[in-house]
Amino acid sequence: MRAFAYHQPSEISDAVTLLTSVEDSKVLGGGMTLIPTIKQRLAAPTAVVDLAKVPALKGISDDGETVTIGAMTPHAVVAASPIVQARIPALAQLASEIGDPAVRNRGTLGGSVANNDPSADYPAAVLGLGATIITSAREIAADQFFLGLFETALQPGEIITAIRFPVPLAAGYAKFKAPASRYALVGVFVAKLAGGVRVAVTGAGPGVFRVAAMEQALNGSFEPTSIASIKIDAAGLASDIHAEADYRAHLVTVMAKRAVAAASR
Amino acid sequence: MGQVIGIGAAPKRKEDQRFLTGRGNYVSDIKRPGMTFGVFVRSPHAHAVLRGIDKAAALAAPGVVAVLTGEDVAADGLGSLPCGWGISDAKGVPMKEPPFPMLAQGKVRFVGDMVAFVIAETLEQAKSAAELLSVDYEVLPSVVGVLDAVRPDAPQLFDDVPNNVCCDWELGDKAAVESAFRKAAHVAKLSLVNNRLIGNPMEPRAAIAEYDPGKSHHTLWTTSQFPHVVRFLMSALVLKLPEHKVRVVAPDVGGGFGVKQFHYGEEAVITWAAKRVLRPVKWVADRSEGYLSDRHGRDHVTEAELALDENGKFLALRVKTLANMGGYLSTFGPNIPTNLYAPLLGGVYTTPAIYCNVKVVFTNTVPVDAYRGAGRPEATFVVERIVDVAAAEMGIDRVELRRRNMIPKEAYPYQTPVLVQYDSGDPMGCLDGALVAADVKNFGVRKAESARNGKFRGLGFSTYVEACGLAPSRFAGRLGARGGLYESATVRVHPAGQVTVLIGTHNHGQGHETTFAQIVSDKLGVPFENVDIVFGDTDRVQFGMGTYGSRSLVVGGAALSKAADKVIVKGKKIAAHLLEASEQDIHYESGKFSVAGTDRVKTIEEIAGAAYVPHNYPLEILEPGLEEQAYYDPVNFTYPGGCHIAEVEIDPETGIVTLVNYTAVDDVGTVINPMIVEGQLHGGIVQGVGQALYENAVYDDSSGQLVSGSLMDYCVPRADHLPMMKVATHSTLCTHTPMGVKGCGEVGTIGSPAAVINAVVDALSHLGVTHVDMPATPNRIWRLLQNASLPVAAE
Repeated sequence: MRAFAYHQPSEISDAVTLLTSVEDSKVLGGGMTLIPTIKQRLAAPTAVVDLAKVPALKGISDDGETVTIGAMTPHAVVAASPIVQARIPALAQLASEIGDPAVRNRGTLGGSVANNDPSADYPAAVLGLGATIITSAREIAADQFFLGLFETALQPGEIITAIRFPVPLAAGYAKFKAPASRYALVGVFVAKLAGGVRVAVTGAGPGVFRVAAMEQALNGSFEPTSIASIKIDAAGLASDIHAEADYRAHLVTVMAKRAVAAASR
Repeated sequence: MGQVIGIGAAPKRKEDQRFLTGRGNYVSDIKRPGMTFGVFVRSPHAHAVLRGIDKAAALAAPGVVAVLTGEDVAADGLGSLPCGWGISDAKGVPMKEPPFPMLAQGKVRFVGDMVAFVIAETLEQAKSAAELLSVDYEVLPSVVGVLDAVRPDAPQLFDDVPNNVCCDWELGDKAAVESAFRKAAHVAKLSLVNNRLIGNPMEPRAAIAEYDPGKSHHTLWTTSQFPHVVRFLMSALVLKLPEHKVRVVAPDVGGGFGVKQFHYGEEAVITWAAKRVLRPVKWVADRSEGYLSDRHGRDHVTEAELALDENGKFLALRVKTLANMGGYLSTFGPNIPTNLYAPLLGGVYTTPAIYCNVKVVFTNTVPVDAYRGAGRPEATFVVERIVDVAAAEMGIDRVELRRRNMIPKEAYPYQTPVLVQYDSGDPMGCLDGALVAADVKNFGVRKAESARNGKFRGLGFSTYVEACGLAPSRFAGRLGARGGLYESATVRVHPAGQVTVLIGTHNHGQGHETTFAQIVSDKLGVPFENVDIVFGDTDRVQFGMGTYGSRSLVVGGAALSKAADKVIVKGKKIAAHLLEASEQDIHYESGKFSVAGTDRVKTIEEIAGAAYVPHNYPLEILEPGLEEQAYYDPVNFTYPGGCHIAEVEIDPETGIVTLVNYTAVDDVGTVINPMIVEGQLHGGIVQGVGQALYENAVYDDSSGQLVSGSLMDYCVPRADHLPMMKVATHSTLCTHTPMGVKGCGEVGTIGSPAAVINAVVDALSHLGVTHVDMPATPNRIWRLLQNASLPVAAE
C-alpha cells in the first residue's frame, strides 16, 4: 500500500468535487475490491474519497411500484430489510448469499454495481429486474449501464447514489457458487415483470447479459420446463480452472431453471 | 490444589486460553528495537537466466538499508540449502543433487524463486524499493508437469540432470512380481494423478533475525516446526556459523501441516542479512507469497497394476510413479515419494510381492515436500483405489475382497515385502466397527431415496495403514536419512513440586501442552495445572528434531515418559533415605513413595523439597536436584490405521459432489486425550476431503504461472462442505512404544481421499465410470457424465 490522501465528505456534491479535482482519486464504497487492490499495490490512488459518511446514500424506501436502495447500503442490510424481503424477496436472498458475513457487512450495493465484476451477484438483479441506476448526474437504465468486464456507463467523477428496482410479479435468483471464492460461477436472475420476463446471467461471461431466447420462452409459459432445452452458446463465455466454457453454458440453463422454480415458489 | 488429570482424560486444552483470548505470541507479534523490514523479490518467470541485477535505483530509494542478491551470497562463500535425505537408484547411484542457493544464482527455476532481499526502514519503503529493482531475465521455456518434464525434448532445469530425473528409484522384488503377474487370473490396472496441494497453515511464514555484535550471537525467530534442525542446518551447512552462537526460536506457530518443517532460504537470508546491516530484520509473508514459496505437497502421476488369482487373492502389486520435486530439492523432498510411499503399498493386505519404481523429477514449480501424510496418502490412494477397481472387474464385493486379503489380527507382527514390519493392528476389527457405525446395511434405502430426488449416491471404503512416529534412526539412515530422528525431553521438578518439561517437539496446534502435561500428571502424580511444557527455543530446550510425521507423542512422548521414569527412580533413592528403608522396599504409585507394607510415605513434593534443600539427603551417593533428561530413538515406526467410509451424493445436473456421511474407525494405539484425538481426526479428514473434492494447485502449462494463486482460486474446504463426522477408535496397543501409542496426526488425511473417491466412483459406476481423478470438481464430474452420454438429468 502506498500513502494516499483520505477524504470523508458528507455531501454528494463534495464527493464529486473531490473526485473530479484530484487526479487519480478513487471513490470508496465498502472497499471490497479497492482496498485489497491498494494493499496489493495494483492500485495506487493519490486520494480516496470515502462515501461512508454521506447520509443521502443510505436507506431503503418503497413507493408501491419500486423499491429504492441507497448506494451505500451494505448487503447484510439489504438481506435483512423487511421492505426488500416483502417486496423483492429474490433480491434479499441474493444479498444474503454474497461472499461471507464480513463481505456482506462491509460491501455495498453501489460499490458492487459500479465495479461490475463479471462474477458479482448484484448486476444480475439490476439487469434482471430492469432497475434504474441513479447517479450524482442522471438516471441510467440497467440495459444501458453494464458495458462488459468492469466497464459501466459511469463517467469519471460520477457516483451512484441509489438504485431503483421495479417490484416484480415474481423473481428468483439461482447461483452456482465458486467453491473457493463464493462468487457466482454462474448466477441467473429471472424476473417476471408487468412488461415481460427478463433473464440476466452473471459469472458466465465477461459481464452480465440477458438471454432473449429464455425470456421469450418464459413469456409463453413461466415454467422451468419452458427453458430446459434452451442451450447457451459457449463461445465468448469465461473458461478457467473452475469451469470450462461449455460447462458454464450448461450451468446457465440449469441455474435459469432453478431461478424460475424459485420464482414460482 | 489442582488434581491429577492423567492418561485417557479429556481436559480442555491448556494452550487455548492464550490462543482464544488473543494472547499468543507469534513471530509477527514480535518487535525488536531498531527493527528493519525485508521484502523478497521473487522471480515472475518459471525459468530464466539471470543476466544481471541493477541495484542502483532500489538502493537510492527512500529508507533503503540494503539490497542483497545471489552474488552477495556467493561473495560471502555461503552454502546451499541442504537436503536432509540422499536416496539412490537401483544400482546405488546417488540422486542428482544440484545446489539450492538461498538467493538465485545464474538462473531462476520457478515462479517465486528468490532473486533479491530488500531491507528498508519501513515495510512500505522496502516494497517500493523492491519494485525499483531492475532484474534482467532471459526467459527460457519451462516445464511444470512430470509427464512433460521427462520427455526427451523437455526444457532442462539443470545442465547435469539429464531428462530432469533426480533419481530413478525402486523398491521391491521386481522378478518375483513379474513372475506373479504371469500366473495371475486377473490383472487390474489403474492410471491416476495424485493432485498437487498447498498446505495453508492459518499463519503465513515469518521470520525475524537479530545479531548481537558484542557476543557474536545470532537470534532467529521463525515459524518453524523444528527450530533445532533449522539451527543445525542453517549454522553448519548454509551460513557456516558456530552452532553455539545461534539461537533459533519458534514461538507460538499458527499451524504447519508440514509446510513449516523445512529449512527455508528466507531463514538463512534474514539471519545473514541481520549481521550485515547490524539491525534486526523482519519478514512476514502474505498468503500469495506463501503460495509461491511454501513447499507444496503430493503431485504424482502413477500407473498401478494388481495381480489376483481366480479367488481374488492378491498376488502382486506393481506401481510406477513420476513424482514432482519442483525446482530444487527441499529438506525432505526426495524422501517423501520414495521411502514414505513405497513401503506403504502393502496396505493392510497380505500381498506377497510388491515392486515400486519412482522417478523423482525436477520441474519449474515450487519445490515439493512433505504435507500432512506425506507419501502415505499417495500410497493409500493407489492401494485402496486399485482394490476397488479389481473388485468391480472381478465382480467381487469390495468389502469381501478386502476381507479375503486382509492381514488377520493374529498374524501380527507382520513383515511386508516392502521393508516395514507392522507390530500390531486389527484392520478387520476397524472394518467391522465402521460398517456398523456407517449403517452400511441400510445404504440401499438411502441410495433409493437419492435416486427419487434425481441424485446418485455412492459409498466408498478405505481400509488403510500408515507408518509414522518418524523414525528409527538406524533404519532411516539405511534409507538415506542424513540426520537422527530421536527425540529428547527434560523433566524438571521444581523445589515445591511443580514441573517444567523441556521437549524438542513443537506444538503448533496439536495440543501438546495438554497431552504432555497429562502424561506427566499421570506418571508423577502431580496436579495437571502444575505442569508446563516448554518447546520451540534452542536456548531453553536441550535438543529436538521437532514435530512432523505424527512423531510428537510417539517419539517425544516416549522420551518424556522415560525422563519421568528416571525422576521416579531417583525419587525412590531419596525416599529410601528419608524413610530409612532400602531402595528395593520403596513402592511408588501416583506421586507417593511408600515403604512396602507400611503407612510410611513421602509425596513427590516432599521428595523434591529434600532434593533441593539437601540437609537430610544422601549426598555421598546422590546429586541434589530433581531433573532428568531422556533421549528416545524408536525401534520401529508405528502403524496406525483403520477404516474410513465416505458416503456422497452427486447432483448429475451440476456435477456437485456432496459428502453426506463420513465414518472413521481408527487404530491409533493408546489414547492420551480422546478430545484431542477426535480433533486431530476431524482436521485430518477435512484435509483429505479437501484433496479429494476441492484442492488443486494448478500451474499453467505454457507460462509456468501458478494459476491457483490465492484462496480465491484454491479451495480449502469449509464447514458447509462437510457433514457431521462419526469418529471412533478401535485400538490395539503398539508393542514397542512406552505407552502403546501410535500417533494420530496424519491418519485422517491418509485414509480419507481414497474413501471419498471410491464413493464418487461408486455413485457413478452404473454409467461405466471406473475412475475419477482428484479433485472431483463439479466440472470434472459433469465432463465424465457428458462422456458417459448420460441423458441430461431428470427435470
